Amino acid sequence: MGIAVDRTKTFGNAIDGDNYLNASSGIKSWMFTLDHKRIGVMYLIGVTFALFLAGIFALVLRSELFTANKMFLTEAQYNQMFTLHGAVMVFAFIIPSIPAALGNFVLPMMLGVKDVAFPRLNLCSFYLWVIGTLFLMLTLMMGGLDTGWTFYTPYSLKTNTGVIFATFGAFVLGFSSIFTGLNFLVTINTMRPPGMTWFKMPLFLWSLYATSIIQILATPVLGITLLLLLAERIMQIGIFNPAYGGDPVLFQHFFWFYSHPAVYIMILPGMGVISELISVHSRKKIFGYSFIAFSSVAIALLGFLVWGHHMFTSGQSALVTIIFSAITFTVAVPSAVKVFNWLATMYKGCISLTTPMCYALSFIFLFGIGGLTGLFLGTLSTDIHLHDTYFVVAHFHFVMVGGTLTALLGGLFHWWPKMFGRMYNEFVGRIGCFLVFAGFNLTFFPQFVMGSRGMPRRYARYDPEFEIFHQWSTFGAFVLGIGILISFVCLAYAAFKGPRCAGNPWGASSLEWQSSSPPDFHNFVHNVALCDPYDFSTQELDEELDTFVHREFMEPEEKPVPEVEPQHT
Amino acid sequence: MVNQLFSLIAQATGGQEKTEQAGADKSAGAEVPLGSTPADSAGGPTAPAPSDPYEYSYGDYWFPERASDFAAEVDWLFYFIFWVCVIFFAIIVAVMVGFVIKYRKRPGHMAPLPSPSHNTKLEILWSVLPSFLLVFMFVAGASGYFKQRIVPEGAYETHIEASQFNWQFTTERGDITEDLHMVVNEPFKLTMESRDVLHSWFVPAFRQKMDVVPGRYSEVWVKPTKIGIFRLYCAEYCGDGHSLMKRNVIVHESWDDFNKATIWKDEEHTPEENGQRLYKINCAGCHSIDGSVKTGPSFLGKYGSDEPLTTGAMQTVDDNYIISSILEPQKDIVEGYGPRSQMPTFKGKLSPKQIRYIIAYMKTLK
Repeated sequence: MGIAVDRTKTFGNAIDGDNYLNASSGIKSWMFTLDHKRIGVMYLIGVTFALFLAGIFALVLRSELFTANKMFLTEAQYNQMFTLHGAVMVFAFIIPSIPAALGNFVLPMMLGVKDVAFPRLNLCSFYLWVIGTLFLMLTLMMGGLDTGWTFYTPYSLKTNTGVIFATFGAFVLGFSSIFTGLNFLVTINTMRPPGMTWFKMPLFLWSLYATSIIQILATPVLGITLLLLLAERIMQIGIFNPAYGGDPVLFQHFFWFYSHPAVYIMILPGMGVISELISVHSRKKIFGYSFIAFSSVAIALLGFLVWGHHMFTSGQSALVTIIFSAITFTVAVPSAVKVFNWLATMYKGCISLTTPMCYALSFIFLFGIGGLTGLFLGTLSTDIHLHDTYFVVAHFHFVMVGGTLTALLGGLFHWWPKMFGRMYNEFVGRIGCFLVFAGFNLTFFPQFVMGSRGMPRRYARYDPEFEIFHQWSTFGAFVLGIGILISFVCLAYAAFKGPRCAGNPWGASSLEWQSSSPPDFHNFVHNVALCDPYDFSTQELDEELDTFVHREFMEPEEKPVPEVEPQHT
Repeated sequence: MVNQLFSLIAQATGGQEKTEQAGADKSAGAEVPLGSTPADSAGGPTAPAPSDPYEYSYGDYWFPERASDFAAEVDWLFYFIFWVCVIFFAIIVAVMVGFVIKYRKRPGHMAPLPSPSHNTKLEILWSVLPSFLLVFMFVAGASGYFKQRIVPEGAYETHIEASQFNWQFTTERGDITEDLHMVVNEPFKLTMESRDVLHSWFVPAFRQKMDVVPGRYSEVWVKPTKIGIFRLYCAEYCGDGHSLMKRNVIVHESWDDFNKATIWKDEEHTPEENGQRLYKINCAGCHSIDGSVKTGPSFLGKYGSDEPLTTGAMQTVDDNYIISSILEPQKDIVEGYGPRSQMPTFKGKLSPKQIRYIIAYMKTLK
């Protein structure tokens, strides 16, 4: 046993050696790159830009809501703010965030391969994201958009604002999402290395696989719906507009047939990230691997059957309403299973409160609230009261922000040393995490209370008794904003100036850590040693490199190191 | 067949138990001699109600006050789920924090302790056991939903027309009112239609909500159990003035008070008073009278003023211009409200006489 390799070259820090960042230079080498790692980094820069843009919209609208009456926005401007906040956050940030940015970087490396199955499609997906986002930006200059991110008809057919640009943008972003999903699905199906069976994959891959299924099956429905909306708006063909014999509720069915599964496009990758973080930073094998893996698939499949729970008050038939309510409750089970399994993983572990672990714990807390408050909304009689109030707003922010954004940040801190070969500052990272956690709760918890007290959504002006809740919420939003800013500044600083670190600082077992940091252009300069992704006893500390190395590579200490041809899969 | 199923379940859960009594009360109410004492102000409350209509009654921490017969059940179920969630959440956080403290990496605990990585029995247990609670929530929620959705026979019918950004209420007798008037402990069936886009009828104190969809009627019913004034909101986003689309629900003590408040006879009022009432019913959603700009311009000082049009011409706001604006809103639009006016036409909705009342009222707003 024992594979003889140059350990410094293969597992050490590669900032001065060969890595994907310095493999070629110049703007064109990035623009036309087919390297999944560079595409992932470009995606990351893109979605971060979208996050900050939509975040600024959020702070503007929260500021407007600081008092019950007008602060500085007219009703029409306020409506544009919440619409663009929602549309940019959902279509340009959350949906691509974890799969396209982190997933792109990590997925092929977790499989121990050089790239995704279709590198050109991958680049195409990125440029579609750019084009789609530009169309959304263009909306800003073309009279804005005030339909809400849901584009509900018939209002979206009547408003004077830039519905055509925005829906076209969302349509293009949908294709970007489909391409990413298709790519990942084929990659996981066909490129798993010999020996990595389905149940030996890291759970992040299971969650990406489940996500990809949804992206491929559900997103086309959004595309068709948006095309029909465009056709209706331009040609008045009478599909959604009651003035021409159409049905506005039909639009809601079409829209949520995509957008409810899309909720799981947003949260499943986050759950996958958390499964990795908890296991690695507790140094414990993940508890109940197969339950977590199957729960991802169960969520993906059941997610297709519950779209009607967005429409309990829409006037859809009572029988359908009851069926949707019943199926909605079944989704609660696999989500709860995951939380229990994460907790059980920590049992008897050796928990380091690193920044990624802090984010993971914060995820369990916030997703716990987000998931549990879903029960109030799945229950019919309480939903009739809570529907379209701030209770719903708070619920989905707890899932989308408390879940997905927290998981994204945790995942970034976790894989940052791998991506850039430099360590972030742990102290600043934890401060950022704490501010995100505290600010988030301060922002959204009061919204539950005001929602159940009857504060409707999407209100530019509100009754004075809700003012105190709104003021806490606005205050929290700024704390949250500062927390996110600190986290990203911490990451950006680390990428350029942080202390260098070697290939596997966490002692993690999944294959992406069996490379130098940052990874070589070809990902691995030697054949990887397959192992259980959650068996951390396979990793041994190499004191010379100050990093963990798979024990197969540790053996021949005294023997001269023979030259090994780099083998590229 | 589905309806039969529903009524069976509803009977089992008590949804229609008050049906006959409700019908009897309603017919008695309709026979009250009408118009003997006309209401003294435009749509103003005459029922024993808080003197300040915006006085807020707090209810409990999570809810506004309960004012309908299913509010208590909704609240009970909410609190049931609430405590289930609190208990689960407390356990999750306690276990999480406990493990972090107990198993944190520290001198003397630098490696994980051996423990199994799966336990099928335990995992099946924690998947299946909470499901019983979920089944209970579903059944309780569905049975409450039947009560919220199945309208008892013989309920008093009020017609509601929603439009951007206005609610209009028509009683069975045909009187149009600015606010929604109801009588305590009487079932009211509200038949709603929309003139333009989606709206949603939402009264938090009643724990009841229903979308108003253009092109079809939607029905909702409620039996108020408390005398007073409650908020009615539009809960489905409908455009610029969405957050201003609010009205009051006035619950009266008796049909007598109800009639006093709803019945209005033009001939007993001055044209200005008639105009004020028509303004509140038709125009107040978009036009203020205090100078503030809502979706449309304020009526304050508008009569007789000169306004620039989108065409660049100046237009004096005189009788002719007001009539043309009401009947053909797209014709001459004031600068800043174009290129397409959001105002619907009132052709066929307001009679020539009513338009003259509105003009008379506008003249008073200086």
